[in-house]
Amino acid sequence: MLLPRARGPLSGLLRHLLLEGTEELAELDATARGRAATMPALSALDDEDLQLSLWMIYELSFRGFDDVDDRWESAPEVAGLRAVLERPFEQALRDATTSWTERALAVDGDVADQVFALAAGFDEGPDLSKFIRKEATPDQVRHFLRQRSVYHLKEADPHTFVIPRLTGPAKAHLVELQYDEYGGGRSGFLHHELFATTLRQAALDDTWGAYIDDADAPTLASSNAMSLFCLHRRLRGAAMGHLAAFEATSSIPCRRIAAGLLRTGFGEDAARYYDEHVEADAVHEQLAAREICGTLVRTGDVTARDVLFGAAACLVLDALQATALMAQWEDTGASDLAEAPL
Amino acid sequence: MTDSIGTPATEVVLCPGGPALIRSDVAVVDVIVAEGQSVARRPVVALCRCGRTGRAPWCDGTHKLAGGPTAKTLPTRKDEP
Ligand code: FES
Ligand SMILES: [Fe+2]
Ligand SMILES: [Fe+2]
Repeated sequence: MLLPRARGPLSGLLRHLLLEGTEELAELDATARGRAATMPALSALDDEDLQLSLWMIYELSFRGFDDVDDRWESAPEVAGLRAVLERPFEQALRDATTSWTERALAVDGDVADQVFALAAGFDEGPDLSKFIRKEATPDQVRHFLRQRSVYHLKEADPHTFVIPRLTGPAKAHLVELQYDEYGGGRSGFLHHELFATTLRQAALDDTWGAYIDDADAPTLASSNAMSLFCLHRRLRGAAMGHLAAFEATSSIPCRRIAAGLLRTGFGEDAARYYDEHVEADAVHEQLAAREICGTLVRTGDVTARDVLFGAAACLVLDALQATALMAQWEDTGASDLAEAPL
Repeated sequence: MTDSIGTPATEVVLCPGGPALIRSDVAVVDVIVAEGQSVARRPVVALCRCGRTGRAPWCDGTHKLAGGPTAKTLPTRKDEP
């Protein structure tokens, strides 16, 4: 993919740096530091310019950009900028999750019980999966799929970075989970390939990054949270807590979304990604919550608080994504205004 | 059944309030599922123990909907009665 279009001064300057070299570096640095210093609490989650800038930097560590030299991934200018932008992002995630983390910690049980109680009791945001099952129009479903493509087309990849940071049973079970995400070694069955099929069946572009310019701030922030957690060793507990909450809020919603895809006429091939996740994630939630997070906390490698921070961050960001989508649908009464009809 | 170094060929993990996870060197899962109905392709499977799944014999997460005796819940918010 090519670098996305800029969404503000920060991403504009970053684009320029990655494409042209360093002459505006001082301005970029000052802009980033100024933004980070003056950012009101929580607003980092909502700031398209900041989230897109972080997303571009993280993407250098995944698939890169056709128009950017891969050496920028480890350039000190980029690493420094990443650290400056991560600080308000991580703080906003902590601020948005503290009350949930505290309530989950008060649950009498082990960390798996706490993760499941948190996932079951979390009540922010509208229930997108019920709306898709019952009411969404085909255009709204396609809008939803475009936003989800930002993560699902690289599904599971962030967590693979965590494998070498774990040991023993937690590592074995993370590999077991990832192996399933990657289709059990069968090409064509990788979960991100199943999602590509869903996109094609919905007459959408399955090219990696095709809809990045449409991605809203919460969608970028959700992807960035996984990169933040999974690319920092110190946040490995949050990375696995995020994974556990993601898996624990998947089977039942995926069943509803599969039904919504069939109801709106996209067909069984389109629904297969969601259908597969009904059973897969009923396994994965147990692996992640009990055998990965449970082991990590029991052995003292990470704390329950680390895990629950990541779990709550997953749920908060998912709620922000759902809220943003529903708000756009209410505003416009349609979802594909920016896109030519088929 | 164990292999030559004493590792069980089949491991069963009972998840409180949820399914039984089964890891197996032998295709024990294929034996109990009618052929063609559902193929156990994943490295570990979850067998429903609550009887409410819509994907028998596999767990589909439905056990979480009704709570149940072992389900833990969040304490109420401080600002709630
Ligand atoms: S044990 Fe999960 S649905 Fe029955
Ligand atoms: Fe998956
Ligand atoms: Fe999964």
